[in-house]
Amino acid sequence: MTDVKAQIDVLPGLDPRAPLLEVSDLHVEFRTQYGVAKAVNGANFWLSPGETLAILGESGCGKSVTAQAIMGILDSPPGYVTQGQVKYRGVDLLQLREEQRRKVRANQIAMIFQDALSALNPVYTVGFQLGELFRKHRGMSRGDSKKRAIELLDQVKIPAANQRVNDYPHQFSGGMRQRVMIAMALALDPEVLIADEPTTALDVTVQAQIMGLLADLQRQRNMGLILITHDMGVVADVADRISVMYAGKVVEEAPVYDIYARPAHPYTRALLESIPRLDMKGQQLNVIKGLPPALTDVPQGCAFNPRCAFARDACRQDPPPPPYQVSVQPHRTARCHFFREVIGE
Amino acid sequence: MSDVVLETKGLVKHFPITQGIVFQSKVGAVRAVDGVDIQLRRGETLGVVGESGCGKSTLAKLLVGLEKPTAGSIMVRGQDMVKLRGSALRKARRNIQMVLQDPYTSLNPRMTVGDIIGEPFEIHTEVVPRGGRQRAVQDLLDTVGLNPDHINRYPHQFSGGQRQRIGIARALALKPEIIVCDEPVSALDVSIQAQVINLLERLQNEFGLSYIFIAHDLSVVRHISDRVAVMYLGKVIETGHDQAIYDQPTHPYTQALLSAVPVPDPRLRGHRDQIVLEGDVPSPANPPSGCRFRTRCWKVQDVCSQQEPLLQIRERSPHPSACHFAEIRDVVHGH
Repeated sequence: MTDVKAQIDVLPGLDPRAPLLEVSDLHVEFRTQYGVAKAVNGANFWLSPGETLAILGESGCGKSVTAQAIMGILDSPPGYVTQGQVKYRGVDLLQLREEQRRKVRANQIAMIFQDALSALNPVYTVGFQLGELFRKHRGMSRGDSKKRAIELLDQVKIPAANQRVNDYPHQFSGGMRQRVMIAMALALDPEVLIADEPTTALDVTVQAQIMGLLADLQRQRNMGLILITHDMGVVADVADRISVMYAGKVVEEAPVYDIYARPAHPYTRALLESIPRLDMKGQQLNVIKGLPPALTDVPQGCAFNPRCAFARDACRQDPPPPPYQVSVQPHRTARCHFFREVIGE
Repeated sequence: MSDVVLETKGLVKHFPITQGIVFQSKVGAVRAVDGVDIQLRRGETLGVVGESGCGKSTLAKLLVGLEKPTAGSIMVRGQDMVKLRGSALRKARRNIQMVLQDPYTSLNPRMTVGDIIGEPFEIHTEVVPRGGRQRAVQDLLDTVGLNPDHINRYPHQFSGGQRQRIGIARALALKPEIIVCDEPVSALDVSIQAQVINLLERLQNEFGLSYIFIAHDLSVVRHISDRVAVMYLGKVIETGHDQAIYDQPTHPYTQALLSAVPVPDPRLRGHRDQIVLEGDVPSPANPPSGCRFRTRCWKVQDVCSQQEPLLQIRERSPHPSACHFAEIRDVVHGH
């Protein structure tokens, strides 16, 4: 099996010492009959082994599209990557041929989706779908691949795995289905796992089970995890670093403790003030006025300016230059002219 | 108490499971709601929480009369809604309205906003005379923070948050005392959620409304509710003031549920009680004997399978709790 992995390692320019995953200046647009929707306008982030990076944002902020671009599963047309790099260990994935990318997809970078029922094929058994990975990528026989499928189901703690392997997706509950998805993503030992809203459709008690499972598996395998979510609670529980996205841009990036204690971008700060909390009963919730912009018509200057409490003329004219470094803390960036004021210096 | 506006006693809804096509025979029943007693007072918000399949949405439908209960009573202002018929029922139903979860599917795309909000007046013709209806609809739009000039627009021209405002305006049209909100903010983005929650609170103060607020998001429920009822498999298993439920839960299920909710504060990571429940909720068609939570409970003993614990105040539970071994355990705050 190692030799199969070795084959793939002959990616041109692969450097084991280079960062695990590095996304720089990624731009994605959708060309539709109603105009060009700029879904991602310069996303920058990086990921190290064993680390959890949360990409936080509301619907339409470009977080899922970013994930699809990294995976190379963007619907094209209408979606196009127009600029930027996605580097895995120094190799720019966007420059690879489709055939090479397909190998990268299962072996190096894998993804789990929000809605496990529609992500699984309803007419094949779970065991067949899991085994397919081993048959196609590892050239295993049907019998062997089924054995591996059972092992995997066992690893994601599905009870009676050797019986359930013959069940169809609809025979599983929501939480169990998400476990199957995780098993499938982890089948070929990827180094990067992208989880796109993995628990949004689940109840809180099941969410706790799934997040716990993901954390265990990540620790065992020293995997890098990109968690895409809108839930600030989940992020606070599991993330090491956070990238906050708004209107296709990463507006703030910081270690998790810093961002919750002292947000440096007005959007992050407003979001944190607008969520009700379980452990305290607040007064009126702070409201972010207005709506997120339509991606076909992003405001001039800083995209957040019409909704921002700190906005001034500068914000309406010039977009904040690529990330300011927040000087007090070396590993933080915020895309705001007035971040010092926001952070409360 | 005189200020109780709504009270249910022994409310039950069983959905039959049938077999056969021509000669259908009943082979069982899904016990969606299985004996629920709740009380709602004037100007109060009662939060109902529970996981999917616990019967909270069926409860909502029963309260507004969209489903007929199998047994039990729903008393609104001293009248039993279950026994009312004809025009008396229609009149009584004005008093209890509903806001639905999904603002994308609960508004007819072919009707203008004016028609949607004005439709209650078509059914209850005597509330507002025909000539005054447009004015009334515009007032409602204004009340919920929408532009009254948009009366002729269609739902697709509004964003999710605005659509939910339209749904709220429709529920307000007949000047009800009680509004049942079934997951009113769960389809909305975080920044929009706060707007709708604040609107609901403002309307409550303005019109003295009573809310039944059903949601799976426990943080939102805590924010808006005065009292909370926790449901599991068709039954209320714990109820009390929001502080009692959130800070001093006594039922193991409530404790597990609360401990599973992530708190948006990384400093509490690893400092909170995390109770991870095993397995899934049992089928409501065949609930466990005795206590329904016993199959997933860590406190389970023999008595739990033999004797059903009643929802009552207990030695170690200052508020009603349906557990033989109820005991306060704070799981929400860090330690």
